[in-house]
Amino acid sequence: MSTIRIPPVLRASTGGEREVAAEGADVGELLRALAAAHPATESQLFGDDGTLNRYVNVYLNDEDVRVLNGLDTAVKADDTLVILPAMAGGA
Amino acid sequence: MPSGAELIKKAKEQITEVDPREVHDLLSNGHRNGTVLVDCREEHEFEEAHLPGAVHVPRGHLESRIEGAARDKSERVIVYCASGSRSALAAKTLIEELGYERAESMTGGITLWKDRGYEVETPRRLTPEQRERYSRHLLVPEIGLEGQLKLLDAKVLLLGAGGLGAPTSLYLAAAGVGTLGIVDDDVVDLSNLQRQVIHTVDRIGTPKVDSAEQAIADINPGIEVVKYQTRLDASNIMEIIDGYDVIVDGVDNFPTRYLLNDATVRLKIPVVSASILGFDGQLSVFAPYDGPCYRCLYPTPPPAELAPSCGANGVLGALPGVMGVLQAIEVVKLITGSGEPLIGRLLLYEALSTSFTDLKVRRDPECPICSRDPESISDDEMGVFPDYEQFCAAAG
Repeated sequence: MSTIRIPPVLRASTGGEREVAAEGADVGELLRALAAAHPATESQLFGDDGTLNRYVNVYLNDEDVRVLNGLDTAVKADDTLVILPAMAGGA
Repeated sequence: MPSGAELIKKAKEQITEVDPREVHDLLSNGHRNGTVLVDCREEHEFEEAHLPGAVHVPRGHLESRIEGAARDKSERVIVYCASGSRSALAAKTLIEELGYERAESMTGGITLWKDRGYEVETPRRLTPEQRERYSRHLLVPEIGLEGQLKLLDAKVLLLGAGGLGAPTSLYLAAAGVGTLGIVDDDVVDLSNLQRQVIHTVDRIGTPKVDSAEQAIADINPGIEVVKYQTRLDASNIMEIIDGYDVIVDGVDNFPTRYLLNDATVRLKIPVVSASILGFDGQLSVFAPYDGPCYRCLYPTPPPAELAPSCGANGVLGALPGVMGVLQAIEVVKLITGSGEPLIGRLLLYEALSTSFTDLKVRRDPECPICSRDPESISDDEMGVFPDYEQFCAAAG
């Protein structure tokens, strides 16, 4: 199982979970497993065409999956996926 | 037992001595090939005058401080003093007891150097009050007198005197950053005091820039405060930020963050950026053309329902304390040139799990802003992103 770290703005969609364990061979499978377990996350992660929304950054361990192989990037069992939408709070 | 003079004579025989002419040639051809030049005299002697580019490590602190000046023991280290005696003994210690492979002593010290007519630096001095106030900085080799003078000369602009601006303004003022600009159009409110620790009960209702100015004066009256009681927007941003060395970003909305990014890329001003929400914080340093910009990291903002900064949301009071202090540290690193600033990296802090995560951020070769020549970025493009109108309408 890999670990997916859920950002604060998506936690309402995961029942407050900050980390979700998921099974999958690549980044796309992991994210779809997350969307299957927590359907409210789907529209926040994926656009209508099934690609990752541009305002959501996804990191495999510490590297942006866009500089790896995108949703096709292979994942190992002990890898961590970080989902990261932009934040702008400052006050 | 040998006499002192005999000991020095023997040390000079055991080490390599280098003539001032060779050191002068090394300094004047611009590339020192990694050679570290160490002045091992006492502090008052160093302050009087020293060789250009010399690092001060007094002989009495040689063992404890040399590694701050010369980390790589295979590098060439040239030590000098007033006449070449103390430096011969210091070079011997470096070789025999600390394992430096190429420690040498300059013949005749700074006295012979000056006799040859070579240039010396007569450093600016701190006042006795400044020496005492900044004494703990002066003791840190990464800052020292040179770094403290850079801090005193620096101009830093703080965007917001709120949660993040509170700790950054206090610590940067305490650190001796000579000029602090503060942009904030708000007044102090009771609900601010859960986290905005520069403001006080008796200043509720007063403009935040005035309250911040008072707090800064209370901890360090030597700091010049420039107040901008306004909101940063396209009409004033270029005028406000021009001339600052570093900008500390703690603004609470995406349109201003994009606007700030584009303007700072144009003017090549580094931005230390933090954001906070709930128990989570993010931090990065955007140094135009040295690393990615804000748009490389976040090409488009999230839709309003995923951008809770647009509405009222909770935050742990101490969280901006942590993130703001981290910002202040990055500012000091940028100004003094020490360490590795958080350029090309994004730090996530999760207070509930007490975890720090460091992510890599790459420059986007197709970035609409920083992939271009700064001169070519027009006023009309600044702060614009694809769904700007829709975003702002939805955000209310």
